[in-house]
Amino acid sequence: MTSSNTIDRREFIKVASAAGTGLVLAFYLPATADAAVDTSGGTFEPNVWLRIGTDNRVTITLSRSEMGQGIMTSMAMIVADELDADWKNVSVEQAIAHPKKYGSMSTGGSWSIRGHWDIWRKAGATARMMLLSAAAAQWKVEPSTCKTEPNVVLHSTGKKLSYGELASAAAALPVPTDVVLKDPSAFRYIGKRMKRLDTPAKVKGTAIFGIDIRRPGMLFASVEQSAVFGGKAVSHDATQALAIPGVVRVLPTAKGIAVVATSTWAAFQGREALKITWDEGQWATQSSESIWATFAELSKEPGTSGDKAGDALAALPAAAKTVEAIYRAPLLAHATMEPMNCTADVRTDGTCELWVPSQSPQAAQTEAARVLGVDVERVKVNTTLLGGGFGRRLAADYVTDAVQLSKELGKPVQVVWTREDDMQHDLYRPMTYNVFRGGLDAAGELIAWHHRIVGPNSRGLVTGGSKPPYAIPNYLVDYHLKEVGVPIGAWRAVGPTQNGWVVESFVDEMAHAAKKDPYEFRRALLANSPRLKRALEFAADKAKWGSKLPKGVGRGIAAVESFGSSVAEVAEVSVEDGKLRIHRIVVAVDCGPVVNPDTIEAQVESALVMTLTGMIKDEITIERGRVKQSNFDDHRLLTFEEMPKVEVYTIPSTEPVGGIGEPALPPAAPAICNAIFAASGIRIRTLPLGPDTLRKR
Amino acid sequence: MASITFVLNGKRTTVDVDSDTPLLWVLRDTLGLTATKYGCGEGICGSCTVLMDGEATRSCVTPVQLAEEKTIVTLEGLGAERLHALQEAWIEEEVPQCGYCQPGQIMTAAALLQANPKPSDKEIDEMMSSVLCRCGTYPRIKRAIKRAAQGGGQ
Ligand code: FES
Ligand code: FES
Repeated sequence: MTSSNTIDRREFIKVASAAGTGLVLAFYLPATADAAVDTSGGTFEPNVWLRIGTDNRVTITLSRSEMGQGIMTSMAMIVADELDADWKNVSVEQAIAHPKKYGSMSTGGSWSIRGHWDIWRKAGATARMMLLSAAAAQWKVEPSTCKTEPNVVLHSTGKKLSYGELASAAAALPVPTDVVLKDPSAFRYIGKRMKRLDTPAKVKGTAIFGIDIRRPGMLFASVEQSAVFGGKAVSHDATQALAIPGVVRVLPTAKGIAVVATSTWAAFQGREALKITWDEGQWATQSSESIWATFAELSKEPGTSGDKAGDALAALPAAAKTVEAIYRAPLLAHATMEPMNCTADVRTDGTCELWVPSQSPQAAQTEAARVLGVDVERVKVNTTLLGGGFGRRLAADYVTDAVQLSKELGKPVQVVWTREDDMQHDLYRPMTYNVFRGGLDAAGELIAWHHRIVGPNSRGLVTGGSKPPYAIPNYLVDYHLKEVGVPIGAWRAVGPTQNGWVVESFVDEMAHAAKKDPYEFRRALLANSPRLKRALEFAADKAKWGSKLPKGVGRGIAAVESFGSSVAEVAEVSVEDGKLRIHRIVVAVDCGPVVNPDTIEAQVESALVMTLTGMIKDEITIERGRVKQSNFDDHRLLTFEEMPKVEVYTIPSTEPVGGIGEPALPPAAPAICNAIFAASGIRIRTLPLGPDTLRKR
Repeated sequence: MASITFVLNGKRTTVDVDSDTPLLWVLRDTLGLTATKYGCGEGICGSCTVLMDGEATRSCVTPVQLAEEKTIVTLEGLGAERLHALQEAWIEEEVPQCGYCQPGQIMTAAALLQANPKPSDKEIDEMMSSVLCRCGTYPRIKRAIKRAAQGGGQ
């Protein structure tokens, strides 16, 4: 929790309100190194706005996307705490996308809090100090004799003025160049279970998601894309589609053949009636099996070296005992409940406005500008609420057609993907083929580790999180990347989700091979990773690791550090009649300072549901170059009654602030798989579990 | 095209649409009531659930002609006067994450409590397992339903 309390030279704060209208502070505080903005030309591009109205309302601009992770509330809590704002007076406004001023506006990598903790605190503290100074000036007293309570400045004599009354006077003051941040013991909101600001609208039905945008005169469109990845429409017959009442136009787009209509339903109906001839392209014979065969073949050859230490290849043959195993991580879909959609309004003056549920409004802006051949400044992007993101909405592939269609039709157009489109044209979590070899010395110490990964052509997505956190004298991660014609993308927790599973499962195999307790085995190897070690110990303690379990119940443990946080999980499961029963999952989280404990618990519960869906439900498989699954009947999600009991513990921590949207996923699958092994002796090396995987062979 | 009349959130409403059009799209596109959500279009996920004469009904697979002379309640109408006990419980328990499935969850729970004001855990499980949530709000939904039921339902 290192917070410098001075405003450095790269930072700018200005008063941006007109006289008498309250206090509007515009900040430019560099979020990250990559957010360096050139201010030398005298332009000032604020990336945090904070408005204190004469009506005593506090309005904060949010430059991140709200997709269920609670950032709208957490951000407001951080600013409001330092400002000493009254929570009931606080509201949040979504920022309009800008190519530069907010730095990257992408909401991903569990970055929102850890990337803005200091900035948001300084923004609040600066405004508070100005309000306090305005009161002191009015009372002609020393600022040190004044203090703040929610939305008021108080003097030691009992005089008080509200922030609303002070806002305009504060706006006339110079902006302080250094501010004192609160001591954590003085936090009013940070660390408390604050009510989420977005909940009431979501419960009353007034929340507006991208798919809910309605514009005057708008049309709706649905686009038939090639089922086979990389295929193209050669010709189409629109006669029957055009005969459907409500269908306005049928035309080719970048993605396929679009049916534009006066309602979503008419557009969907029109699509059913389309006749299209496809050129299926080079991937038409591809299948999951052929991809696995390609990967298996490649895995026999040495790959490109990644992380390494010592000489694993020399140490392995010299080991007293070696273990080999192959793990296959499946393709997974994001399957956000709100299917991909975008509403575009391209106007005759060449400007364009988008309403889009996006994790990267700048990507949407760039894509629209590219389609139209205009500067990004001509594209205004409104970020709506997102009905789930999980990484899918970092891309802008669902923006392209909406922009083109609006331009051609001269009206606002909403493109809505059907559930089938969404399932079959996702950017999937990559499938990976993992070959492990581990070596123990005569004392059962882990002395060699070789992990060879074969996956689709994206290094970050495939190898991220594969470096073992353990002190192994000789280790090597090498990899092959191979284009297989399946689009892949960031899936919640990205590389660490599949690599966390395989690494933590194989470490477990090594512990059992060494005839050591899997918890103690890990613990001994974590001397150089004290934060992760503490999380491991915390989880083991809460789960009473080593205590007696009922017959047939097994315990498994796993710990992974990702996105700035350390998380360890212990699962207790039994296998009865070939069926997995999860009795309990204990999760210990070290994410540094806790902003909203309720949100942390919600994110962990969510991580468990997402992991279990990927473990016990359906993967994505490829047949004849296309995705076999199409809807929630053949790609099932975990259901209400399948939800296990999850206990979440946050570890009191003085570590730097970490993420929470993703880090609980990576240890979940291995903790459960390791528990399955403890309960049944069956080692899970392929996910998802098939119907017979857990039957004793 | 056909003229179809029903009582929607307490108001007599007439629409002129193709009688096969799913009620979901009549609500969303014709009437502009967007709380009811499209999730799968096949009756699988429950996001589109509304109350039709008090029954939880999947509007994506319900042709609007079946709504003729029926009483329809959507989430917009459930707490129009005063928040429904479930909506209050939902806020208390901080149920929603992304929120997209929540209209279907709340309407399904409303049908459950209407028929059975004190459901057992098993009855809650059975009814609610038909509504999917990708964000994993299930434990909170369960707590919220119990909280609302303890308060006497409505
Ligand atoms: S949209 Fe109706 S059940 Fe899924
Ligand atoms: S809250 Fe996001 S799908 Fe349920």
